[in-house]
Amino acid sequence: MSTSTQPKVVHRRGKDTVKSWPLPDRIAYFSCWAVGIGLCLVAAGLILFMLNKGLQYVSLDLIFSNPAVGSDQSQTGGFLAPLLGTVILTLVGTIIAIPLGVATAIWIVEYGRPTRLARAVESGIEVVAGTPSIVLGIFGLLLFSNGIFSFMSFRALGGAVAGRSFLTAGAMMSLIALPLIFTSTREALQQVPAQVREASYALGKTKWSTIRKVLIPTARPGILTGTALGMGRIAGDTAIVVILLGATMQIEKVGSAPIVSTLRGTGSTLTSYVYNNSPAGEGNAPQKAYAAAFVLLLLVLALNFGIDILSRRSKKEIV
Amino acid sequence: MNSPTPLPPIKRIDPSRAPKVVDPRHDTLGAADAIAAAVAPGSSNRVERMRIDDLSIAYGTKPAVRNVTLPVREGEVLALIGPSGCGKTTLLRSLNRLTELTDTAVATGSITLNGDDIHALEATDLRRRVSMVFQQPNPFPMSIFDNVAYAIREQAARRPSKSALAPLVREALEDAGLWDEVGDNLDHPALRLSGGQQQRLCIARALASKPEVLLMDEPCSALDPKSTEIIEELITRLREKVAIVIVTHNLQQAHRVGDNVAFMYLGELVEYGTVEQVFNAPRAERTQNYVGGVFG
Repeated sequence: MSTSTQPKVVHRRGKDTVKSWPLPDRIAYFSCWAVGIGLCLVAAGLILFMLNKGLQYVSLDLIFSNPAVGSDQSQTGGFLAPLLGTVILTLVGTIIAIPLGVATAIWIVEYGRPTRLARAVESGIEVVAGTPSIVLGIFGLLLFSNGIFSFMSFRALGGAVAGRSFLTAGAMMSLIALPLIFTSTREALQQVPAQVREASYALGKTKWSTIRKVLIPTARPGILTGTALGMGRIAGDTAIVVILLGATMQIEKVGSAPIVSTLRGTGSTLTSYVYNNSPAGEGNAPQKAYAAAFVLLLLVLALNFGIDILSRRSKKEIV
Repeated sequence: MNSPTPLPPIKRIDPSRAPKVVDPRHDTLGAADAIAAAVAPGSSNRVERMRIDDLSIAYGTKPAVRNVTLPVREGEVLALIGPSGCGKTTLLRSLNRLTELTDTAVATGSITLNGDDIHALEATDLRRRVSMVFQQPNPFPMSIFDNVAYAIREQAARRPSKSALAPLVREALEDAGLWDEVGDNLDHPALRLSGGQQQRLCIARALASKPEVLLMDEPCSALDPKSTEIIEELITRLREKVAIVIVTHNLQQAHRVGDNVAFMYLGELVEYGTVEQVFNAPRAERTQNYVGGVFG
């Protein structure tokens, strides 16, 4: 039998099963596997817990009614104002952060001169990224309590500048989103091949038209991703809200100008609402805290999902 | 006044008895010869679009192009050939001042476009009149229409409307032989086209500003043979509209599409002449060695 048949395959790879691996490999493999599964379980547990508690307590009534004063959970109303507060604060922070982050990234990647200044700016942004938000908050309060910033908030009865408003909190929140927007824009710009820039210059285009018409559109998916991450961080931050937005549950307007009055006024966000109503805070209304936390989670997940679709669509337009 | 001392008679070397040059570094036709050769036979009736005069370019202290003198004429394809690193791409890029994007590049000598020094022109204006196609197809990540329209936009003081651009875009795409393939899908992303189509789109883009000179840097080296053939036919056709300078590694390609050929070696222009002359009767030994490998 062996002599009559031609040898077909001399070297065939042995069946590569985990069992055939050396012991250290097997241990490492199973550890990685266990850690992965463990993380999935934590995420699933979190979502399921929030789903369970949230669905149990959340109701349209709660979402569409404002907080009220009361001694019992049944009297304290819902969290419409904090929900709007989260949206307003996120928008303010993002609107400030996008132009700053994108412009800085463009300057670093496309100009980067003088080199030392560019390096200093990059480390500066890293420092901001690493600063705990409570430090940003307290710094913001110090800064915006100055008289020249009174237009951003309002003057209290004694004439002192409060320093607390959607504008001041949003300005500090933008610092949380800025590093994320900056980093992802920078990465996106660095990924644009040099030959694309050269092609634009070779068509007689100026640097500015190249940036505006070619580079920014190309980097758009990256800018969007960074923005989504930044918005998520803003929506989820509590420290700056507690310090810089004040502790008024309702949105308190300042003055009578339509949008500016809200921006200069104080309010709350879902995060501060959760904190205040949790057993740790003073409200002691854990059911509402769960419901609000659930809504916040959904909001951030929806945000990520929405931006993901948007960024994929804008990628499809160009590739 | 003293009677002038007679100058010593100029010693003339009988060409037939001249020692044969063996050192390849001395095997260059001198600058005077190059200029003489620049007025190549049979092409003097063509309009000279560009003239490169005694051009030297160095990157830092490293010379890339040395004392090159060449004409670029309308209705002709000038093929720059030579081994890698011989400075042909640098020479090409200096024609629309793209070398200026490299900080260390230093140039001496002069280049003129229709008699005007190109350094006296705005770089943006020059690059519209002397446009370029690169080795790698490099369409912008936008639609086919926008790729071509981008080249024309902002040229006028007021931003032209899409409908005003449409005929110009169509004309450019037709010139590049791409209209029949993409005319119905102008909104498609350019990056979804095949490599050969992308390169023709880049040619259309370069033609959109109605340039006087078209520079091509090994436009077929990243393409398959079929696409190469299409683009070579295109070059032959376009020659009537625009003066073309093409850098190529491929000697057969230079032979197929070129009217005049300039052979460069180590930054020097070794020989310039018509295709027939350079390939069939090269004057310099190095040219002979280089082209002989293929046509010998």
